[in-house]
Amino acid sequence: MTDAGADAADGTEPAAAAESGTQISATSVADAVDDLSGEGLSGYNYAYLDEHTKREVRRAILKGIAIPGHQVPFASRPMPLARGWGTGGIQASLSLLGPDDAFKVIDQGSDESVNAANVRRLAETTAEVETTTDTTEADVIQTRHRIPEEVLDEDQILVLQVPITDALRKVDSSDAANRRRHAHANYGKMWVHLYENVVEWGEIQIAARYPAMVAGRYLMDPSPIPRWDLPKLDDADNLFVFAAGREARIYAVPPHTDVEPLAFEDKSFQVERFPDQSCHSCGSTDTYLTEIETEEGTESDGGDRLYVCNDTSFCLKRQDDPGLAKDHHLDREGVDWGPGTPGGPAGADRDELAEGDGGDDA
Amino acid sequence: MTLLDASDLRRVYGDSCGDCVELTGDAAGTNQCPECGAVVACADVSLDVEPGEVLGIVGESGSGKSSVAELLALERATDGQASGDVRLDGHDGNLLDADYETRHRLRNGAVGLVHQHVRDGLNLEFTGGGNVAEKLLAAGWRNFGDVRDRVRDLFEETEVPVERMDDPTETYSGGMQRRVQIARALATDPDVVILDEPTTGLDVSVQARVLDMFRRIQREEDVAAVVVSHDLGVVRLLADRTLVMRHGRVVETGLTDRVMEDPHHEYTQTLINSVI
Amino acid sequence: MTDVLTVEGLTKTFDMHALGDKQVVGLDDVSFTVRRGEFLAIVGESGSGKSSLLKCLYRTYEPTAGSTVYHPADADLATCDDRTVMAIRDSTLGYASQFLDEIPRVPAIDVVARPLMERGTPAAQARDRARELLDALGLPEELWEAYPATFSGGERQRVNLAQALAPEPELLLLDEPTSALDPETRTAAIELLSESTDAETTVVGVFHDRDVVERVADRVAVLDGGELQRVVPVAEFAAEEEEEVVA
Repeated sequence: MTDAGADAADGTEPAAAAESGTQISATSVADAVDDLSGEGLSGYNYAYLDEHTKREVRRAILKGIAIPGHQVPFASRPMPLARGWGTGGIQASLSLLGPDDAFKVIDQGSDESVNAANVRRLAETTAEVETTTDTTEADVIQTRHRIPEEVLDEDQILVLQVPITDALRKVDSSDAANRRRHAHANYGKMWVHLYENVVEWGEIQIAARYPAMVAGRYLMDPSPIPRWDLPKLDDADNLFVFAAGREARIYAVPPHTDVEPLAFEDKSFQVERFPDQSCHSCGSTDTYLTEIETEEGTESDGGDRLYVCNDTSFCLKRQDDPGLAKDHHLDREGVDWGPGTPGGPAGADRDELAEGDGGDDA
Repeated sequence: MTLLDASDLRRVYGDSCGDCVELTGDAAGTNQCPECGAVVACADVSLDVEPGEVLGIVGESGSGKSSVAELLALERATDGQASGDVRLDGHDGNLLDADYETRHRLRNGAVGLVHQHVRDGLNLEFTGGGNVAEKLLAAGWRNFGDVRDRVRDLFEETEVPVERMDDPTETYSGGMQRRVQIARALATDPDVVILDEPTTGLDVSVQARVLDMFRRIQREEDVAAVVVSHDLGVVRLLADRTLVMRHGRVVETGLTDRVMEDPHHEYTQTLINSVI
Repeated sequence: MTDVLTVEGLTKTFDMHALGDKQVVGLDDVSFTVRRGEFLAIVGESGSGKSSLLKCLYRTYEPTAGSTVYHPADADLATCDDRTVMAIRDSTLGYASQFLDEIPRVPAIDVVARPLMERGTPAAQARDRARELLDALGLPEELWEAYPATFSGGERQRVNLAQALAPEPELLLLDEPTSALDPETRTAAIELLSESTDAETTVVGVFHDRDVVERVADRVAVLDGGELQRVVPVAEFAAEEEEEVVA
């Protein structure tokens, strides 16, 4: 993936054009716009970012891989989208992509949201990559708030957009104090948060951004993925890169790294439960479901809730092939990829999941 | 057998000229070096505590007793240069030289500290129970039921109403906060507890009850303690042996009743005689 | 009869720094022995050194010279280290002053039971023993669960005495423990003390009241100006008094 980027750094790609710049000699704004028209993106370096920036981002990623779960600072650049809309993710993606790569962007499970489409188009036009909505086809997947249902393999990188980098900020707003805590693996305060959570609710009630220990050393904020996706981080085949543009931090979970959600022995970590629910579109019972409003839903059956798969691209596949396993594209079976797959989280919800475990049929 | 053995404890604030320790102290009548202005908070302080024993340290503000307490409690020095030797039975080497992790582990296990200021010792946004639980969780307790039971027992033991354990600590009275601090310090069954001015900011009647509670638990659990106070009454009630400090030095040491009733050093005599 | 305590050349001077390093003599070369099971009364005028002697024996005062060999522990209380003193106090050596060194907000019964509990007696058993002693000393039962801070001088002294007797020390040092008692209670206290000495507790006590001395003591040590004048059997002491009266 990075080969093309490296080539670009050698100056064999349009990088040279960027260095020469564009001379503007117009006397008015309208003339300037006219002058620029036709230049298109040729005024930009390959993959939008200049080579130094990409190199720095790659270095931060490498450092993040070397110290799993540790937040590495990087010089986050202004991007042509607002901070908080995935500026960290797009910098990481553009630094990783090369012209032979296929790129997929998902926003809360959907490939079709405006933001996902825009990020995809930026990569398409500046990095000349193929784009895809098929998880199994993509080399780099940039995502916000979800990890795909289909198993990622060792040739893939998942780039997660991160709004808040530090799991400890929940318990202390001082980043300086939290950096000391990370340095000393002193996570007592987070444990108290969990303790008080159980005191208040009877179980751990953390909806998203569920804190997890990475490689037994660093406490990590996994970004606002649902608890459902958290087990997928553990001992995965692929690389996860977490990037936060606003906070200028990158961290990573390399392949086959232990990622353990914080929990008590007697108050275990639990993924979301969808008892007796299946996807309205494809009938899946082993995927993360989202409640939707029904078109004629205010009538006699108004009490009924409708659920559909949150991962739309996999849902489309399941609509054609309801028995499709989450590891259908791999040459091995029974791959552990979170809830609804063999070896997924056991617990109170296990039986409910097992009832209609479509993945086992395949 | 000696449980806690400290020798040559010293803390100096400011750039020392090298002769500060010789130029300050009881004989010099000051803890500030006349040559360079550095403050010798404490120097040449050696002491030891046996299992189950309570050692008192008395002195007025600036006598260096809190510096000694911080060194004994293995607190991180925020400023100043500290030196000396602190050894704890069952642990290797000079703990003042130990790395942060080792000291952190000891502070969550073998050594408990009750801070002078509640804010240094407790997180007021946490529940009272959460503050006590933090000690257990930091020490590696991972069973919620066990943590809960232990916190409840400690609340009962330190006479904090158990029904308040899930309320924010900031809603507690000063006396209750102090009890929670003591419960926290005792949570992991430490070998030794350091109490720095345990009655500061409490009403007289509350002081008495807190001290009595601590005395009872200290004897029941047979935990050793170092009690630092400017209040002779506190030390008289709790301590078996007492050190008297002035200008950063220990000027007298002995059985508490002996120090109180037969003070030898001029300063101790003045201190005892000035009690109302 | 074995000796419990051998005191030789016990001397105590106080350096009063505030008074221009003035030296005050408390005790001057005091020597005597105390035998197991006996009741030795120490008498003398105010300021004769009676309390100083008891405090030196207990090491509340650190003797300036001399030795105080406490035979049950085979230790010289005048010179042994602080921890040895603490160990002896915690096991076999008791002391009761004139005043109750009360702990705030602890009921009378627990004040008495506490020394027993600290020595490992179960709480219920310790309280039973406390009730026994408070009853024998005539403290009204309705006060047992009350805080001694509110008590009269006599009531507090009863609690104090009961507290000292509760752990049945081998050697009990008493400093005017009956001074505030009314005659009736004093009689009860004396009976209790006599019983204790019968039970092999050795007592060295400072008493102001000759009547008490004659009723409880086996021997009497007379102090004057910090010097020990003589140690005599109580009968001899009583006889001296009559001579004085006759004279």
